[in-house]
Amino acid sequence: MELTILWYLIPSLLMFCCGVYGFITRKNMIAMLISLELMLNAVDINFVVFNRFLFPGELEGMFFTLFAIALAAAETALAIAIIINVFRVSEKIDVDDVTKMKF
Amino acid sequence: MEPVIPIIILALPLAMFLVLGLFGHKMAHRTAGILGTLGMGVTMVLAYITAFTYFFSGSSEFINEEGIRLQSVIFNWDWLAFTDSLVIRLGFLLDPISALLLVVITTISFMVHLYSNGYMRDHHGVWETGFQRFYAFLSLFSFSMLGLVVATNIFQMYIFWELVGASSYLLIGFYYTKPSAVSASKKAFIVTRFADLGFLIGILILSFYTGTFDFTNFTSVGVEGMTNVYQIDLTTSEGVRNWIATSPAPVFMGGSVLTWALVLIFMGGMGKSAMMPLHIWLPDAMEGPTPVSALIHAATMVVAGVFLVARLFPLYLMEEVALNIVTVVGAITAFYAAMVACTQVDIKRVLAFSTISQIAFMMVSLGVARPEFHHGLGYMAAMFHLFTHAMFKALLFLCAGALIHAIGSNDYTDMHGLRKYMPVTHITFLVGCLAIAGIIPFAGFFSKDEILTAVFGQSIFWYIWMSAVAGLTAFYMFRLYYLIFWWKEHKVHEGHHAPHDQPWTMTLPLVILALISCVAGFVPMGNLVTWNGHPMFESVNFFTNLGALDWSVASISLAVAIIAILIATVMYKKENPLPAKMKNALPRLWDWCYHRFYWDELYMFITHKIIFGCISKPIAWFDRHVIDGSMDGMAWVTQRISYAIRGLQSGNIQLYVWIYLFGVVLLGAITAICLF
Amino acid sequence: MESVGSIIVYVVIALTIVICSVFAVTTRKILRAATYLLFTLFATAALYFKLDYEFLGAVQIAVYAGGIVVLFVFSILLTSHPGDNSAKLASRKRALGLTGALLLLIVAGYSLVSRCNFWSALPQGENPPMSEIGETLMGTAHGQYLLPFEAVSVLLLACIIGGVVVARKNKN
Repeated sequence: MELTILWYLIPSLLMFCCGVYGFITRKNMIAMLISLELMLNAVDINFVVFNRFLFPGELEGMFFTLFAIALAAAETALAIAIIINVFRVSEKIDVDDVTKMKF
Repeated sequence: MEPVIPIIILALPLAMFLVLGLFGHKMAHRTAGILGTLGMGVTMVLAYITAFTYFFSGSSEFINEEGIRLQSVIFNWDWLAFTDSLVIRLGFLLDPISALLLVVITTISFMVHLYSNGYMRDHHGVWETGFQRFYAFLSLFSFSMLGLVVATNIFQMYIFWELVGASSYLLIGFYYTKPSAVSASKKAFIVTRFADLGFLIGILILSFYTGTFDFTNFTSVGVEGMTNVYQIDLTTSEGVRNWIATSPAPVFMGGSVLTWALVLIFMGGMGKSAMMPLHIWLPDAMEGPTPVSALIHAATMVVAGVFLVARLFPLYLMEEVALNIVTVVGAITAFYAAMVACTQVDIKRVLAFSTISQIAFMMVSLGVARPEFHHGLGYMAAMFHLFTHAMFKALLFLCAGALIHAIGSNDYTDMHGLRKYMPVTHITFLVGCLAIAGIIPFAGFFSKDEILTAVFGQSIFWYIWMSAVAGLTAFYMFRLYYLIFWWKEHKVHEGHHAPHDQPWTMTLPLVILALISCVAGFVPMGNLVTWNGHPMFESVNFFTNLGALDWSVASISLAVAIIAILIATVMYKKENPLPAKMKNALPRLWDWCYHRFYWDELYMFITHKIIFGCISKPIAWFDRHVIDGSMDGMAWVTQRISYAIRGLQSGNIQLYVWIYLFGVVLLGAITAICLF
Repeated sequence: MESVGSIIVYVVIALTIVICSVFAVTTRKILRAATYLLFTLFATAALYFKLDYEFLGAVQIAVYAGGIVVLFVFSILLTSHPGDNSAKLASRKRALGLTGALLLLIVAGYSLVSRCNFWSALPQGENPPMSEIGETLMGTAHGQYLLPFEAVSVLLLACIIGGVVVARKNKN
């Protein structure tokens, strides 16, 4: 059996779908954030896989992943700061409670 | 000549403006006044040095071996370079008229600076509000006016032309809490701006066809072997004319392009110099403080139009039509203003109309000047009259200021019989009146006589006309003099102390200017200022002007002046019913003169009824209802739609994500189906 | 033809990724979700190692597993009591999520299968050595990444400050 590119992309796709499912269904904002990380991670895998299979010896995809990881760290830190602030105000971190930020 | 002194002449008033404008309110009033006066005094001394150097040093950059005075560009900085040839420069052009104007402007400006120290405070020594601001504006004006007269090119002149307009606006509206002052300043600004539109178009036409702004390229040729030294030469102007005549479109609406350009430029001059029909702003400009009237609206800024025509005089010589227009406009204005001045009650108004009339004299003189006749006598006479008129008219205005300051009113009906109370003002005012009436040996006699001689050489009709105006001048000035100082005993109101002469800061300028008015006529102007720099006399001494008089003209004008003064004496020296009788004999004429021939009403009718009513109102309606309406309609529709769909914005992020995802998937599906 | 060991390693990694992802979004205990996420990340790192990206795998473990998951755990401990179960999902919401995920899976999977299965196996070739990665990250020439690197560092700084400001207790 040959491990073609497809075999690497399918786990990534499933991971992304899990992220989507989680992001839509979970109420807890931290859980939503976890789902978000899953989606990001799936995308990272795609970059790496395509780089390895299509352009072996190059570094672009890998660097993209590297920066994506850094950005993910930044985004998580900020999101968690916001969540903690929301928690301090409303004692809950359910996304249904944070619906005031509209028109 | 080293450019240091000329630069300081321009930089010092500007620096004074900045210092007084920015930090004046932190200074004591007295400090600000002394600072401004000192600054102007230094400028005056430097201007004297410059003018003296120009006229008498005999340096080869100012005068050649044949004694012809040259134009010398002291410095010329490139400022805006449009093309290689079309460059706007800022520079300093020294020639007879700019040197003369340097002296006139700085002298009058210094006198006014000094005088204002006394004028701008009341009897108890309390300073006017905004005293420092007043000095800052005076400095700004002096800077602009000096920049105007030394301009090396017509665009620099235009810039400073607008700057003097702006400072005039600021100073007329100095008492900005008074509605009449505000509207007067607006009127002055709008009327002169309208005239300047013509000036600008004229500049653009001229520079479009010739590709240059520099005066020296219009009128002069460079002197061989020297840089930046030029000599007035008609061949250059002829070259300009011929070049325009051979250009693709040399004729426009029956006139040559050069004629149009010159007439439009003269329109700018008409606005600034208050020629009919653009004169209406000047009488109202008397709302400003009286020293301002003396400086700006009598001696310096209003002669800018005369200066402009003189500056481009060789070009005007190319187009007879343009010069004739200058003559006719000047002559009509002179007569009109003199008529009106005979009936006004407000003494400053009388002086304002007298100013219009006298400037019109200069215009006529320029208009009749021809090189064939006595080396362009009219040009010299105009500049001579500009010089003497600046002195005696500033003197008259400053006297009027002293009277107004003492009485607290502008009308002679509140004055009458002041000769015993204010002897210094009385004597100096009399000197001014004699000078303007043209009595020998006062300044006005010589310059006015030169003008009449020049007019006589050109046309008998205009000579008679202008002589009549000269007679009217003598009449209305002495009418004013008698009504202020004689007529009947002055009534001192209860609780008021008697009027008296003013502190030395105010009387000293009066005395100095009166002395200048006595002797200025003997200045041998014919050897200093001529249209091409060519001297008129072989040698000069103190009595040159006296010897050069054409007595056939001089005796007639002298006789006219004396007769006019006698009539005024009979009518106004003592209280008598004669003036009232005359008024009743010719009620229609008197009415028209008193109401200035209803020019203001005519303008009101044109602007309000025709322009506002028939053009502006429909446009305003269109703007308000059609343009604004369509905009409002769009806003309304947008708002309605927004309200309708804002329910979608539920605040539930997960729903947003789902909808977004659905869209993405849908797009992906469509793509996938279409591609495979 | 891959070696059997390689296939076994792949299967283990793939199964871990899929199973842990599913658990991470379905478990009702939030701390467990974080733990499953951690395993997923580890498996991803293993995948990078398998594709010869040692540096990337190390970064993945250090930043994601070491940094981000710890942040998650901290915040979970701050905001909820251990042992709490989250409420059961409303069936409508679950249906919504499932349709979304499945639709995506179908569309993306279909395009993937229809486009990708003819691609060949892992091409031969070494990944660039560590020294080249370092030079590429630090260089300013064409195709080198000093500027993005600096931008990311500034972004991280801004995030630190922003995080502090947002999460700080209000004095009043």
